[in-house]
Amino acid sequence: MSDNNSNKDKWPLWEVFTQPKSGKPHEHAGSLHAADEEMALQNARDTYARRNEGVSIWVVESKHITASTPEDMGPFFDPANDKPYRHPQFYSVPRAVKKRS
Amino acid sequence: MTTETKELTKKEAFLSYLLRLADDRLILGQRMSEWCGHGPQLEEDLAMANMALDLIGHATALYEYAAEIEDEGHDEDHFAYFRDDRDFTNLQLCELPKGDFAFTIARQFLFSAFSYFQYERLKEAKDEQFSGMVNKHLKEIKYHLRHSREWVLRLGDGTEESHERIQGAFDEMWMYTGELFYMDEVDELAINENFGVDSSEFKDEWKKLVEDTLIEATLTVPDWDQFMMSGSRKGIHTEHLGHILAQMQFLRRSHPDAEWK
Repeated sequence: MSDNNSNKDKWPLWEVFTQPKSGKPHEHAGSLHAADEEMALQNARDTYARRNEGVSIWVVESKHITASTPEDMGPFFDPANDKPYRHPQFYSVPRAVKKRS
Repeated sequence: MTTETKELTKKEAFLSYLLRLADDRLILGQRMSEWCGHGPQLEEDLAMANMALDLIGHATALYEYAAEIEDEGHDEDHFAYFRDDRDFTNLQLCELPKGDFAFTIARQFLFSAFSYFQYERLKEAKDEQFSGMVNKHLKEIKYHLRHSREWVLRLGDGTEESHERIQGAFDEMWMYTGELFYMDEVDELAINENFGVDSSEFKDEWKKLVEDTLIEATLTVPDWDQFMMSGSRKGIHTEHLGHILAQMQFLRRSHPDAEWK
């Protein structure tokens, strides 16, 4: 890049989400710098959708994302460790249901 | 029989028509590619490299078809690498040095807007191979127009410096816009055969889009009636074409049998 890129500090950061197929959820693709929404969308198209990655793009300014912190890991996620009954696989399918399918 | 009285054949007209389209795109694409690695921002660097590749891709397809019509055993590389400046019929607008970012954007906007109206009509061409190609490229042209137009708005209505720079760019290149609507016997024959389009049909639409955009960008529309350059469709160019060809053609001419396909 050229040396004259001091504006890099001024352009906000955006998070990009692309949808691989219609009906599928949008997935985080990466981030980029852009001056506003329209340019963020165009930059996302050129940066993350040039190899047939998707059919739709969302962009959101990174500052609008609230993220959990590493300190949250214990209270947020550990309690789920010993609760296998929260997975559907925990339950065996009754024979009658199996037969019908 | 002298050359003056020699009638232009349909084949010659189609070939010239395709080469004019292709030369515009090759030269502009080459100019745009000069930004690769030098963009004002990583994201814009990618955007410009993308556009350059699109333009060169359009040129390649047009040259391939031109070679087919010419039927003398040439391929697309022949047209790109083994013709000299007087054989190139690209618009002078396309060969001007890339200048600063504002200049590149202003030129891309004027050219993409023109291409958009031109291709919207060319897609109705009778020749299916040609119209199919046009249809495919039109999607990319629409994006180039959107991208460059949005930048014109932001630079024009941006900071004092960006406003000044893009106004200066439009003022400087304005005298090269007259050629966009140049037409001669090649166009006439192509239009009659439903192969080409009459650019006077969309001149007002193009001017309106350009004027509306410049006004929205708080810019002053330069004088349409000023002196306009001419001659490029007959091989008359600025001094810049020779230099860009030297750079573009040098490697291929030094190693004429090299293969990279």
